[in-house]
Amino acid sequence: MNKRPWYLRMLLSAGPMVGALATAIGLWYAVSYLVLSDDRRFMLPPPHQVIRTSLLDPVHLQPMLDALALSVRVAVVGLVIAVVLGVTQAVVMVQTTWLERALYPYAVILQTVPILALVPLLGIWFGYGFSSRVVVCVIISLFPMISNTLFGLQSPTAAAHDLFTLNKATRWQRLVKLQLPAAVPAIFGGLRISAGLSVIGAIVGDTFFRQGLVGIGGLLDIYTARLQTEDLFTAIGLASVFGVAFFTVFATLDRIIVGRWYGVVRR
Amino acid sequence: MKTLVMEEVSKTFPTGTVALTGVDLIVAAGDFVSVVGPSGCGKSTLLRLAAGLDDVTAGRIQVEATSTSYVFQEPTLLEWRTALANVELVGELRGVPKAERKERAREAFDLVGLTGFEKQFPRQLSGGMRMRVSIARSLVAEPELALFDEPFGALDEITRLRMQTELQRLFQLKAFAGLFITHSIPEAVYLSNRVLVMSGRPGRIVADFNVPWAYPRPPELRYETEFTALTGAVSAALGDHS
Repeated sequence: MNKRPWYLRMLLSAGPMVGALATAIGLWYAVSYLVLSDDRRFMLPPPHQVIRTSLLDPVHLQPMLDALALSVRVAVVGLVIAVVLGVTQAVVMVQTTWLERALYPYAVILQTVPILALVPLLGIWFGYGFSSRVVVCVIISLFPMISNTLFGLQSPTAAAHDLFTLNKATRWQRLVKLQLPAAVPAIFGGLRISAGLSVIGAIVGDTFFRQGLVGIGGLLDIYTARLQTEDLFTAIGLASVFGVAFFTVFATLDRIIVGRWYGVVRR
Repeated sequence: MKTLVMEEVSKTFPTGTVALTGVDLIVAAGDFVSVVGPSGCGKSTLLRLAAGLDDVTAGRIQVEATSTSYVFQEPTLLEWRTALANVELVGELRGVPKAERKERAREAFDLVGLTGFEKQFPRQLSGGMRMRVSIARSLVAEPELALFDEPFGALDEITRLRMQTELQRLFQLKAFAGLFITHSIPEAVYLSNRVLVMSGRPGRIVADFNVPWAYPRPPELRYETEFTALTGAVSAALGDHS
């Protein structure tokens, strides 16, 4: 296997993915030209038309990039807040069982409340611009951080806790030398999930809160209203690339850091 | 001099399970005492009580040793720390100044034959090596009384015999008293100068054997007829009461 040249190995591993893409593009063309009549082709414009009239036209592309930059900011700020809040809440909950019993149900409830129901309230409290978008983002991405961190903090064995007890460890030593280090892999696992959710949160927040600069979610709405389907496809594509990129960053970070942490690269 | 005295110790768990009743036990300085018994007889509970990890229901425990150590059933190493850093943990928790704790960790580390494995992480080490790290960590406290909770139970036979020889060398060298829990009779006889037999639940001490041979004991001792006669006697005492 290793004797094959690198380009051949890359082709073999990327082959199925490229093949699937080619098939999808083929299907797309087929539907555009064979299924849809001329007057309905706007519903699924062929790929080359999307690329020519939207992706390669700076007049169309520039507003999308601006909107995307704004959404990235919302997602990053939202994720940072979610991580800080989530880890903090888990650390507080792990201190005593009654704090966990008191706080955990509300964390679950926060996750299950439909964002749509909170929209009017958030609007009144935080306005209809950037802040509210960030809040939506935080609400959506908070729970995995809480639950994963808590799981990680609770992962040390009873014997490990006994070891700390026997050496008269303080609560603080137990937290920073045992529980938090043990939680690192779980925290990064949570970060991966939350990163993906924060992208969704940023786009959802965009569509609800439209004051000020428009984000990528807002643009999707505008393009739909104006039937600019070429632009709609490009915007969807950009939003997806954003999501994948965000996820990849944290997945890679997870692999590198957690791998180092235990002295070997996992998987 | 005594390091540990237990008088009429009983332990009943909140669930109502009676783990120990009326246990009397003395571990004198220079003693290496093993406790054998069927699984679930309360051997580990006995050790946890001695370590202060649990409270007695009745009776009295007096630890007269100025320092004790505890070796767990599992190596119980922190996976994110290197082997040497795991040994340094004890000093860190007890607030020993950095230079001193590093030196003491280094010393214990070399003593158990781990030189060269400082930077390895626990999951890169074999089961026997991990247990050596665990023992090194317990030696850092310079124990007068060392408690062992079936430390070699999970090791393969060859490693287990080697670790027994190693442990014997260590307690000769460091002159700590030992209280050793095991379910292996040959292990108990080979290591100890006294072997106590516990009955099944509720745990009581039902027999007390003196092991006559002087240390250091050669590994071949295990195949002598006197040795097998003694393990047979312990086994019979165990059989009578389980």
